[in-house]
Amino acid sequence: MVPDESMPVKTLRTLALLPLFGLLSGCNMVLMQPSGDIATRQRDLILASTGLMLLIIIPVIAFTLLFAWRYRVSNTKAEYDPDWHHSTQLEVLIWSAPLVIVIALGALTWISTHTLDPYRPLSRLDADRPLPAGVKPLTVEVVALDWKWLFFYPDQGIATVNELAAPVDVPISFKITSATVMNSFFIPALAGQIYAMAGMETKLHAVINKAGTYEGLSANYSGSGFSRMSFKFHGLDQAGFDQWVAKVRAEGKPLDRQGYLALEKPSEREPVRYFSTVENGLYGAVLNMCAVPGKMCMNEMMHIDAMGGAGKESHANRERLEYDNRYAEQGIEAPGATVGGSGRESHSREQPEGMKPKSIAPEVKPDSAPEHSGHDHGGHHGGPAGDGKDSKGSDSVAPGQLNR
Amino acid sequence: MATQSSAAMNFEPGRSPSVTIPQVDPTAFYDAKGEHHPEGSTMLGFWLYLMSDCLIFAALFATYAVVGRNYAAGPSPKDLFDLPLVALNTSMLLFSSITYGFAMLEMEKGDLSRVQIWLAITGLFGLAFVGLELYEFHHLIHEGATPQRSAFLSAFFTLVGTHGLHVSLGIVWLVTLMAQVHKRGLVPENKRRLLCLSMFWHFLDVIWIGVFTFVYLMGVLQ
Amino acid sequence: MFSNPDLQKLLFGRLTLDAVPLHEPILLITFAMVGLGGVAVLGALTYFRLWGPLWRDWFTSVDHKKIGIMYIVLALVMLLRGFADALMMRAQQAMAFGPNEGYLPPHHYDQIFTAHGVIMIFFVAMPLVTGLMNFVVPLQIGARDVAFPFLNNFSFWMTVSGAVTVMASLFVGEFARTGWLAYPPLSGPAMSPGVGVDYYIWALQIAGIGTLLSGINLIATIVKMRAPGMTMMKMPVFTWTALCTNILIVAAFPILTAVLALLSLDRYVGTHFFSNDLGGNPMMYVNLVWIWGHPEVYILILPAFGVFSEIVSTFSSKRLFGYASMVYATVVITILSYLVWLHHFFTMGSGASVNSFFGITTMIISIPTGAKIFNWLFTMYKGRIRFEVPMLWTVGFMVTFVIGGMTGVLLAVPPADFVLHNSLFLIAHFHNVIIGGVLFGMLAGITYWFPKAFGFKLDDFWGKVSFWFWLTGFWVAFMPLYVLGLMGVTRRVQHFDDPSLQIWFIIAAFGAVLILCGIASFAITLVVSVLRREQLRDTTGDPWGGRTLEWATSSPPPDYNFAFTPVIHDHDAWWDMKKRGYARPLQGFKAIHMPKNTAAGIILGVLSIVFSFAMIWYIWWLAAFSFAAIAVVAIGHTFNYNRDFYIPADEVVRTEGQRTSLLAERV
Repeated sequence: MVPDESMPVKTLRTLALLPLFGLLSGCNMVLMQPSGDIATRQRDLILASTGLMLLIIIPVIAFTLLFAWRYRVSNTKAEYDPDWHHSTQLEVLIWSAPLVIVIALGALTWISTHTLDPYRPLSRLDADRPLPAGVKPLTVEVVALDWKWLFFYPDQGIATVNELAAPVDVPISFKITSATVMNSFFIPALAGQIYAMAGMETKLHAVINKAGTYEGLSANYSGSGFSRMSFKFHGLDQAGFDQWVAKVRAEGKPLDRQGYLALEKPSEREPVRYFSTVENGLYGAVLNMCAVPGKMCMNEMMHIDAMGGAGKESHANRERLEYDNRYAEQGIEAPGATVGGSGRESHSREQPEGMKPKSIAPEVKPDSAPEHSGHDHGGHHGGPAGDGKDSKGSDSVAPGQLNR
Repeated sequence: MATQSSAAMNFEPGRSPSVTIPQVDPTAFYDAKGEHHPEGSTMLGFWLYLMSDCLIFAALFATYAVVGRNYAAGPSPKDLFDLPLVALNTSMLLFSSITYGFAMLEMEKGDLSRVQIWLAITGLFGLAFVGLELYEFHHLIHEGATPQRSAFLSAFFTLVGTHGLHVSLGIVWLVTLMAQVHKRGLVPENKRRLLCLSMFWHFLDVIWIGVFTFVYLMGVLQ
Repeated sequence: MFSNPDLQKLLFGRLTLDAVPLHEPILLITFAMVGLGGVAVLGALTYFRLWGPLWRDWFTSVDHKKIGIMYIVLALVMLLRGFADALMMRAQQAMAFGPNEGYLPPHHYDQIFTAHGVIMIFFVAMPLVTGLMNFVVPLQIGARDVAFPFLNNFSFWMTVSGAVTVMASLFVGEFARTGWLAYPPLSGPAMSPGVGVDYYIWALQIAGIGTLLSGINLIATIVKMRAPGMTMMKMPVFTWTALCTNILIVAAFPILTAVLALLSLDRYVGTHFFSNDLGGNPMMYVNLVWIWGHPEVYILILPAFGVFSEIVSTFSSKRLFGYASMVYATVVITILSYLVWLHHFFTMGSGASVNSFFGITTMIISIPTGAKIFNWLFTMYKGRIRFEVPMLWTVGFMVTFVIGGMTGVLLAVPPADFVLHNSLFLIAHFHNVIIGGVLFGMLAGITYWFPKAFGFKLDDFWGKVSFWFWLTGFWVAFMPLYVLGLMGVTRRVQHFDDPSLQIWFIIAAFGAVLILCGIASFAITLVVSVLRREQLRDTTGDPWGGRTLEWATSSPPPDYNFAFTPVIHDHDAWWDMKKRGYARPLQGFKAIHMPKNTAAGIILGVLSIVFSFAMIWYIWWLAAFSFAAIAVVAIGHTFNYNRDFYIPADEVVRTEGQRTSLLAERV
């Protein structure tokens, strides 16, 4: 159980959870026991709102059952008044009781939506600690690719695939986009989700308060490999994080545009990969859908449009702006292809290349991936990425050690 | 008049009704003379249809408002629109509405041949409108400003094209009605149908005024 | 098929033999069963010489009662398909853990969850609601038919065409893999090439036309054709909810039509409305589709509220508590349902003020909804509640629905939605309101009005068995999903790694099996009731002690519903008539003016199937041909001026005489 919460919330929470406690003591409800301040406050909000609503829901259920029983036809002792159908006092009550709850809930909503706005920089580390002055948030640029996550660390100059790390109690500022269809970036233990959309950048501010390894995923369906589009999020102490960065630098390869374009192709269950350096402006190019050399960037296009377009003699721009058709041009099957566009038979059991789930390693490699629990997470990650291998074929990302 | 009492039916007694409520004349509960004839749903129904069609246009206008400036580094309204042509086009449609009005006036008088003449003129104006629009589209596509070029052009072609499609449909309907009027004269059914088409035709006029203002004028003058 | 690929393409578009899944055992078995069942049905029809009656009395019928019944039959058939999808998903999720990939590969699983959503909303819930409204509303307002009887028949066949199109995707080609709302860019031409999304678009587009027209029809009926004396505030509550639902249909479905048309332009013409590139805006689709989608939720639930209002007052033998506030609540919900659409995507990154606005408007809807619940509660208060099957559904609804309402309001709090959005918690929530609200309501309504439609009640025992299976099945199937949602598990996932989740999915799958038993018991109810129909016969026309006008007619009502148009003095018109000594007229019958049956609706429906199939498979010649045929049939139909006839007075006298003797026998 997480301590530090205010008293009324605690009361409401107990009220809300009482019936569930017995049933659920066995399972790990990450949304109810998060490890980041934002997620904790979202949890508290869920409990407070539920408590408020139960004030009206429980009596309604109780009265329904009570009236159903009391006024059953066989109970001739109960009063029967077939014409009783109006009571001004009751009418006022039944409209105003929900109204009062909604006013309370609405106030709570207005305040919490603004304080927990994902675009709003943090103002505290947790309930007891305000944000220390002068602390610089960790910036992470997140790109949703076809069924893997690419993370750029602009301040560190590194990038990773399917592994995210951040120091404990340091605000994280996520900038999120997608190179493909819409996804949703979600680390349940850290904070709520936000959509990742191509050509657009969404933002999320959060902080992790407890060291540990957490599950991250895409929460919005995005095609064939969606179910396997998960990653690990490591909350590390500062030393551990520095060590991790050093490890990424030491073990990774450089990431340039060509490397990115190879990485971008659809694939599932990608192993963790490290990149020691990142070509200048790569994230910006991905965000503006111009990673392919020769393409026009979205921001350039928008500038031209704001100036009133490029006139009639601008046919060449069209090809420079085409983006969605790049799968088709490379002969790669699209993420949602069906018969007539997939080249496969109807309901074929065969999955196209790049969309097959890699066979899951039956067991953890004994020495390469010791899973540490708790606080010292510096530099331990399963999988061959650590061996400097980079090929898609080597496929032993640490198996199902999920922290849900 | 013979009746059958409801006492024969499955009536939940509750309180004894005769005590509290005065018995009434049984014929108070039905229209024995058969005077009640619900009529005239067609106009309401057609209005409702027009409103739903209006919402389709609303969605298209909204789409145009959202992506209408996304030229994709391509041509903008200023580069493309030929206002005099569109003004001519607009006048065709406005005239057709007036001539339809004349047809309706003649219908009230019951002059069948004049109704047909005015309807024919209306149809010709409509054809001129559609023809000019097709010419405009052809010209734009010839210049490379195709619906595939940018979201702005997609929205433009769709909004204007949907309107044009409605006018074409109206012309088909008009011809059908002319045949029916020819065959059966100005019977009540045909009068009702002519009224419906009249509403449809004027509705398209109103939509076009929106298109002309919102797409063409504001596009060129911005 | 052909040596010349160009010729093949010209003739068959992109349709090839590969499109027929001959290698897939699940589908082959399904296909064989559908085929065998079809042959059996066709054989039986031929053997019993039922083709003629079926064609004359049902398919070409413009009688609102028969059309209503056909809608409901369609919905129940499609329920079986939609539920089969649900079972397959539950089975896959219960087994696909760790090394076990389950039995459905992703691109098959994806089609199943898409088809499940589409079918359950568009081809189960919508036809149930439309069918019930069609059957009940004209009877409740004392009318002889709807305002536009032919249009009604046409709307029905368009809905059938949409359903047939969806079903065709099972055996020829594949269905969309995009989720039930087909968000672009995933559903766009680049990311979803192939026929899947095209099946989706055309099925919805065709069925949508039917729904829209039936909405217009019912509004005109309710506004123009009420019996004398029935002012707006004397309309039965079900008619009120039907009116509001149809207003919502007319004001919402055009948006769906438009947005699907834009998506099809993207897919067929290559425009850039919803693409990532060249200025397109995928989020515009999401906004537009939910501007339709949220009112759609209320389109479904309002008639269910109406059903419960009728049932609770009938079975409590008591006037509905707070009629006026019930009406106002319905109207308020109707208006507010247009102001909440953004709550489906708080996570898009709109500002905090925008999110709070839509969150709070959503919560405000819970006020009129809450008032309705209280009204039902106080209707039961001081009543004499008979727990027949419809009343059981109602109490089951009240207890279940409030939980769904509560989780709904919870999801309307934007920061809470950030963690619960797209999770199984959300899935549990909307099944909680759609099963616990809409489906319970429709099953209650079917049980309630069944004797009116067929002249005998449904079997009580099996009805109760079905109810208890449904109720427990619902709770067992969906409570685990609430829990899983709180464990951070999202929707549409085909495979899981964490073995600790499995137990919850197994419980949920067990719940689905219980619901299956519920569906089976419902089918048994129908069979048993037909077999025992003589014992269950309703000779009075008023088997439940009803309160509204439909119970004034015989069961089943004559074609013309009312020999004399009733005159109304109270919103519980029939109750009022019974109380104040209404006496049934026995003479003075006149010939009754009625609309004639027509085959135009079914012909247009069939042609629409051909047209959509041709468009889906790019068989352009066939598309052009069938489109032209549709135009010719439609225009040809308008040349038919001979659309009505008179039921002769003799026949009315005979029909009414039979009823008189039936009623007299009972005394």
